[in-house]
Amino acid sequence: MRVEHVRAKANWMRRRLLRMIVDAGQGHPGGDLSATDIVASLYFDTLRIDPLSPNAPGRDRFVLSKGHCTGALYTALAGAGFFPEADLDTYLKPNSRLNGHPNRTYLPGVETNTGPLGHGLPVAVGIAVAGQIDAAGYRVFVVTGDGELQEGSMWEAAMFAGHRGLGNLTVIVDRNRLQQGARTEDTNALEPLVDKWRAFGWDVFEIDGHDVAALLTAFDDAALPRSRPRVLIANTVKGQGVSFMRDQASWHHGVPSAAQYAQAIAELEAEQAK
Amino acid sequence: MSAAAPAAGLHDCREAYVRAIAELAAEDDRIVAVVNDSVGSSKLGAFRDRFPTRLINVGIAEQNMVGVGAGLANGGKIPFVSGAACFLTARAMEQIKVDCAYSQANVKLCGISSGVAYGELGATHHSIEDIAWLRAIDKLTIIVPSDPWETAAAIKAAAAWDGPVFLRISRMPVPDIARTAGAAFVIGRAETLRSGDDVAIVATGTLVHRAIAAAEALAAEGVSARVINMATVAPIDTDALAAAAATGAIVTAEEGLATGGLGGAVAEYCARNHPVPMQMIGFPGFLPTGSADWLMENFGLTAHGIAAAARDVIARKR
Repeated sequence: MRVEHVRAKANWMRRRLLRMIVDAGQGHPGGDLSATDIVASLYFDTLRIDPLSPNAPGRDRFVLSKGHCTGALYTALAGAGFFPEADLDTYLKPNSRLNGHPNRTYLPGVETNTGPLGHGLPVAVGIAVAGQIDAAGYRVFVVTGDGELQEGSMWEAAMFAGHRGLGNLTVIVDRNRLQQGARTEDTNALEPLVDKWRAFGWDVFEIDGHDVAALLTAFDDAALPRSRPRVLIANTVKGQGVSFMRDQASWHHGVPSAAQYAQAIAELEAEQAK
Repeated sequence: MSAAAPAAGLHDCREAYVRAIAELAAEDDRIVAVVNDSVGSSKLGAFRDRFPTRLINVGIAEQNMVGVGAGLANGGKIPFVSGAACFLTARAMEQIKVDCAYSQANVKLCGISSGVAYGELGATHHSIEDIAWLRAIDKLTIIVPSDPWETAAAIKAAAAWDGPVFLRISRMPVPDIARTAGAAFVIGRAETLRSGDDVAIVATGTLVHRAIAAAEALAAEGVSARVINMATVAPIDTDALAAAAATGAIVTAEEGLATGGLGGAVAEYCARNHPVPMQMIGFPGFLPTGSADWLMENFGLTAHGIAAAARDVIARKR
């Protein structure tokens, strides 16, 4: 039941974010679609958040470290009730609250402004340290890109999280293996990625980032108390859900034509009908 | 780096800074300190001993330090993120811009040993660009205290202020500035330390006491110099600048780049509103080897240098 609920939301997010990108004439569909199942699992099952009280001190935190994937974030926030769904129609338009990268001073539910890579994890580590000092019960979840792990600040933060034993922190690496221009392993190789995180003091798990049941189980397993930070290397496909976008670097910030959009929606509706 | 104790009557403002933070921390458990292995250079050893869980040492990692500060603010803390000004600002500039200013996180950034305090260690360790860099960032308050009293008052005002603040803390020995009874530090409000109408000296930080000495020397020559302590460089007090411009001649003085910092801010105001002859006392760029005192003396960051600049701008008045 939980799984079906999340899968339906994820399908809706995919259709809705593609419409946003087509309407706006720009966006980052490839990375939005690789992260959608992860973000949907968090927002529509795991996170203890209240859109009526978005700054409640005890809330779970979600930080989108790969801040360019606003399609996934904004549809999740709208779907969870943080702002009206109609606001999605303003995406990237003049004076919209829905900037190309998330801004907490514009939108409730955004914890910190991201966009330049390498910022979200250090901030999330700080939130987790505050929770550790206060013995607060909240958890902190972060979605990072895999290419983002080429930023040095990510490893500064990873090292410190391991040192502090931040058991309230869960990082999900959206391991779609593509960065903006090419494969991660052809650009600046990340592997052996499991070993890297383990060496920094983290509990490491590999997971299928499109298997909602597996994601929910992994998030459940991260329940407190824990004494070490946990990272899920979520193997994903850039452009997941739309056949012609799958695993193509060109869809990092491509925009579908009208015909491509119609095909994408048809494919997603067929998937939903199953 | 060890440093000799300041001479009699002079103070290292780090002492006032740590006392103020400890006093705040004793009253408010949201106060935490975040450092980059700089417990010693920030003089936070006693704070760590008294509040062990509230001293967060991220190690030598400035980007993470500032990001962690922003996260602590998200978690309800009031973090004082402290490190050598040269590394805190330059190394973590994007974190200051994005995580603190753009996000409007309630982070207090304390640039320790700012300016040329590190003297002979050279341009890598000087922080003379920081005011110019940070002044370009929107919605970031910048405070440059002049003496121990103002340092402590600024720390407390920053803690009570909701939003990101950069405090430029000096280790250059300074005397106590003479103030009228009841003087209060208010963020964004300049302090007129001496009235005068032939020229205005707008100074900040370690140049404030030198500006007063310059005004006293000028007074002996019959020149009436107004002295303004512009402790808050951003947002700048435009009322005080209007009064300064009304004298018809301005000298700015700061322990930093002559252009781009306080001097730049005052010049921008005057060019737009009330052009007057100006001189800017400060450093020109990368500096030669020398002690902090020698650098200040050699580049005219002295009462003598300020007074000479004042005579120059007065001569250029129409």
